[in-house]
Amino acid sequence: MDSDNTLSFVIVGHIDHGKSTLIGRLLYDTQSLPPDRIEEMKRASADRGREDEFAYLLDHLEEERQQGITVDTTQVFFNSKSRHYVIIDTPGHVEFVKNMITGASQAEAAVLIVDVAEGVKEQTKRHSYMLSMLGLEQVVVVFNKMDMVDYSQERFEEVKNDALQWLGSINIKPSLCIPISAMKGNNVANRCDKMQWYDGPTFLESLDGLNNILPAENKELLLPIQDVYKVDDKRVNVGRIETGVLKQDQEVEIVPTGLKTKIKSVEMFLEERDSAVASECVGFTTSDAVFLERGVVVCQSDAKPNLTDTISASVFWMSKKPLAKDERISIRCATQEISCKIQQIKERINSSTLEVLEEDADKLENLEVAEVTIKTKKPIAVKEFSDCQELGRFVLVRDQNICAGGIVTL
Amino acid sequence: MALTHLDKLENQSIYIIREAYNQFRNVAVLWSIGKDSTTLLWLVRKAFFGKIPFPVMHIDTSYKFQEIYDFRDKYAKEWDLDLKVARNEEQIAAGMSHEKGAFQCCNELKTKALKMAIAEHKFAALYLGIRRDEHGIRAKERFFSPRDEDFEWDYKNQPPELWDQYKNKAADEEHIRVHPLLGWREIDIWEYIKREKMPTVELYFAKKGKRYRSIGCETCCMPVESGADTIDKIVEELKTSKISERSGRAQDKEDDYMMQRLRSLGYM
Repeated sequence: MDSDNTLSFVIVGHIDHGKSTLIGRLLYDTQSLPPDRIEEMKRASADRGREDEFAYLLDHLEEERQQGITVDTTQVFFNSKSRHYVIIDTPGHVEFVKNMITGASQAEAAVLIVDVAEGVKEQTKRHSYMLSMLGLEQVVVVFNKMDMVDYSQERFEEVKNDALQWLGSINIKPSLCIPISAMKGNNVANRCDKMQWYDGPTFLESLDGLNNILPAENKELLLPIQDVYKVDDKRVNVGRIETGVLKQDQEVEIVPTGLKTKIKSVEMFLEERDSAVASECVGFTTSDAVFLERGVVVCQSDAKPNLTDTISASVFWMSKKPLAKDERISIRCATQEISCKIQQIKERINSSTLEVLEEDADKLENLEVAEVTIKTKKPIAVKEFSDCQELGRFVLVRDQNICAGGIVTL
Repeated sequence: MALTHLDKLENQSIYIIREAYNQFRNVAVLWSIGKDSTTLLWLVRKAFFGKIPFPVMHIDTSYKFQEIYDFRDKYAKEWDLDLKVARNEEQIAAGMSHEKGAFQCCNELKTKALKMAIAEHKFAALYLGIRRDEHGIRAKERFFSPRDEDFEWDYKNQPPELWDQYKNKAADEEHIRVHPLLGWREIDIWEYIKREKMPTVELYFAKKGKRYRSIGCETCCMPVESGADTIDKIVEELKTSKISERSGRAQDKEDDYMMQRLRSLGYM
């Protein structure tokens, strides 16, 4: 098993459809946990008069166990025979959607879980819609609690069709649909003889078919400046290369100032380097004394981001206090932070049913999605999300709190 | 050039370290001298090109292993650290110890000592080297985690964290805990120590068939059976070990939720 081959995936779905139980069962069946963690789970389950609650392997908060729900997102590590996984569990309760989004925003792929007895529910829809907004394209759907429907292929097909119809409407094409029972351990890590009619992969096998997001070093350079340090009388600019490659002697342009300069040196502590690639945090100096500060973006003159004070975007509001049109808030995109307001709320949308609640609205309520026009006080460098996620996604901040996530549609 | 798993972890941590410093400036890094916080310190040195522009704080219960004090003093000098030692002198003088209960002792000599130090220095943020795979409770943490004036962790209402955008400090928040190592596993730490040729406290290496997986107070740490007396052997051991990292730590054991209660009161 090679750690350099790592994939992170998130598991989402409606409350009680079995997210934590599935992960707990996967860890248990693959002997991924130390015996004292298993004993702790068994003891805590017995204390509450229950059978082994595999969800307790993840739900560690006292409140979570008392109420049998997941409150906050958790990350656990797991190895299959061929690769290392970061598994991100999320809560299914409507109250904790912001925790689900926190988890999902850190994933490369997603698993949607649907209880076959209950079928597609409110959070099944909302969560999967959030996946499509976050740009998570790889989705595996597992249909859980097959034991509750006597392993009926007919019921599986029925719920599967419902799910696929919904997912199709939000442009998600699942790579696989797998009937499982997390509680009984059917088709999780091990096959079972109760579903002879299913000959596809188990959940564990399906994971190895997911692909990593490709590194962004083959794109044009985008390097948002994070800070400027003084190191031995040198001004060293620091930031993370979001896309592309930074090289010594490279000609670059600074957005928004439009100034041009050359990279004089690439600076890394105790390392001699003349280049760095996407995802690396670098320092560099410039040939000319151009003024750089946090928020400016270093790029190539032939591939500049859009510099604009008017952005079309989809936003997801996640604060109990509604957002009013024209209210003064701020937008953060990469290291840029600029005062802004929502100038127009073109459509307010229910994030579970996709029903348009209102056109040209005055406010946006908790958990609603909207198509908006954002007016920034100063121009901001952005790209369309479908073209460049790194400069195409942003958060909205009010009173020092992140209240919304959004993507640029331009 | 493909980045390795360790490269990715290192870069993610450095990004977080620089974000927090840019936002808060008045910060400190907590250094328990163990492998994790020493790794954190190493990353902080990298982030700032060798010269850390803020204090390094050791919360000293007076019960630490002698090896820990020796290591601290040696590298504080070698790395030119602005070392600040925080101790709850009143409770130490009054004889507080684990014999009065691990919960009370940890709370007084660690959490309270930390509170006093923050009150004195008015830090807006603290860097801590906790990791998600150490404990189920720590797996629930955010990279930036606010604490209120009573140091309480409102774990039922944590701020959203999307796309490397982190929480700012609001007026009613005492300080922000910054956790750059959340995504690292124990084995990643050891592989990184090896790659970077980083010094570590001798207690981690087996002597007479035992070694410490996790170190803290001499009174509350138990060694585990092990023949791993080199970093390579530790890495090999971790690949096959079925024993929890913190199995030798008393404060994780007393009851199932002790860690949660300690942490909600401000424990690291």
